[in-house]
Parts: sequence; C-alpha cells; structure tokens
Amino acid sequence: MIVLANILIVATIIVGVVFTIVTSIGVLRLPDVYTRAHAASKSSTLGVLGILLGVFFHFWLNEGHFSIQILLGILFLFITSPIGGHLMSRAAYMSGVKPTELTVKDDLAEVVKKAKQSKAVTSQKEQ
Amino acid sequence: MKTNDVILQTTTKVVFFIIFLFSIHIFFAGHFAPGGGFVGGLLTTGALLLLLLAFDLKTVQKALPFNFIIVIGIGLLLSLGTAAGSIFFNVPFFTHAFDHFTLPLFGETELHTAMIFDAGVYLVVVGSALTMIQTIGGDA
Repeated sequence: MIVLANILIVATIIVGVVFTIVTSIGVLRLPDVYTRAHAASKSSTLGVLGILLGVFFHFWLNEGHFSIQILLGILFLFITSPIGGHLMSRAAYMSGVKPTELTVKDDLAEVVKKAKQSKAVTSQKEQ
Repeated sequence: MKTNDVILQTTTKVVFFIIFLFSIHIFFAGHFAPGGGFVGGLLTTGALLLLLLAFDLKTVQKALPFNFIIVIGIGLLLSLGTAAGSIFFNVPFFTHAFDHFTLPLFGETELHTAMIFDAGVYLVVVGSALTMIQTIGGDA
C-alpha cells in the first residue's frame, strides 16, 4: 500500500517538475511576449498543480493529514494563473508591444482601431 | 478608450472570498499553527486591495463605508483593553486567561483572551494598511 502511494506521489511530482522545466525552456526560447505568456501561464499552472498534488498525496497517504489548504491552493492557482497571463498579455498589447514576425492574423488590431476612432469622434463632439 | 475589465472583475468576485476566508482561517489558527493577527490582517488587506485594483476607489468605499482611521482606533482600544482588563482581577498587567468550553457546533474549544488581543492587532493592521493605500491611491 505504501509502495502504491509512493508511486502515485513520485509520478505526480515528476509530471509537475517536467512541466515546470518545459515552462522555463518555453520562456527562454519562444520569440515574443504573447507566446511566452502562453507558455508561462499554461504549463506552469499544470506544473505547480502536479507538485502540489504530490505533496497533498504524501501528507494524506503517508502522514495521515488531510490538508484542505493545499486543495484550496490548487483551486486558487487554477483560477488566478490564467487571469494573470491574460492581464499581462493584454497590457502588453495595449501598450503597443509588437507580436513576432511570424504572426499571420491579428483580429484584435481592427477592434482596437475602431474603438480608438469612436473615442476620437466622441471627444470631438464633446469639444 | 474605455477599458473592458469583465474577466478581472468576475474573477475578483470569486477570488476575494477565497482570500478573505483564508485570512480568517489564518487569524483563528494563530494560537496553535503558523499565522495570527498580523498575517491575517495583511491577507485581508490583500483581498481588499484586489477589490481596489479591479473596481475603482469610490466603488470600494461605497461597498465598505468604514473610516479606516477609526478601525485603527478600535483595534488599539481592543488590545489595550485586553491588557488592562487583567488589572481588575488582581493580577499583573497583560496576564491572559484561558479555559475550555463546550460550544455548540464546535465541540470542546479552548477560548483565551489572547484572541481578543490578536483581534486588536488584526484591526490595526487592516486599518493602517488600507488608510495608507487609500491616501496614496486617491486623487488629492
């Protein structure tokens, strides 16, 4: 039983660590802010999730301590980490960071342009 | 351009309660586990700061109509009152008392006056941090 529990723990922690390493390689090698935010917010969430699950299983199955705080931490990370990525890439886009040369389609550019035009019109009317 | 904060505001509405409940847990756990008034107060401040980031200053002030300077005063009074209360029982200043009680829902619980002192610390931390943030953040 202990062997089975340890296999589960080691497996989840290894998955978590591998995903975290993949995250850092992605942040180093990808070409621009948006692809890096993609790597950092997605796979690091899963990586930390794996490590936390491993810790949770260790304390639950080997030490007999059911830690609700770790589960809460997993839930919290799952909610907040993608939001962080979203807000960072959005802030980067709005402050004019250019995407990489390889980009073929930028749908957001038209929307932002339209919004800026309509704002210019309304401010002219107010004046 | 009018900013579109739907994602941030919706997440804040959920995440605020997680952080706030966790801060209360940290506050009550302080006697037997890591935590206490200071960390609990800082976590509550963090939760309120998230509200301030997602919504603007006026909305939060409308939702929480406290004058946080008065919150500091209440906290100091609580701490000083707990410390001074021991004088009336002919024991030195700052002597704490505790006992075991059987409460409904909680079972046997250890209640002690150090918790009231901690509540004072909690209120002082929340009050002073939010006073600083609101003073710096507001348009003077």
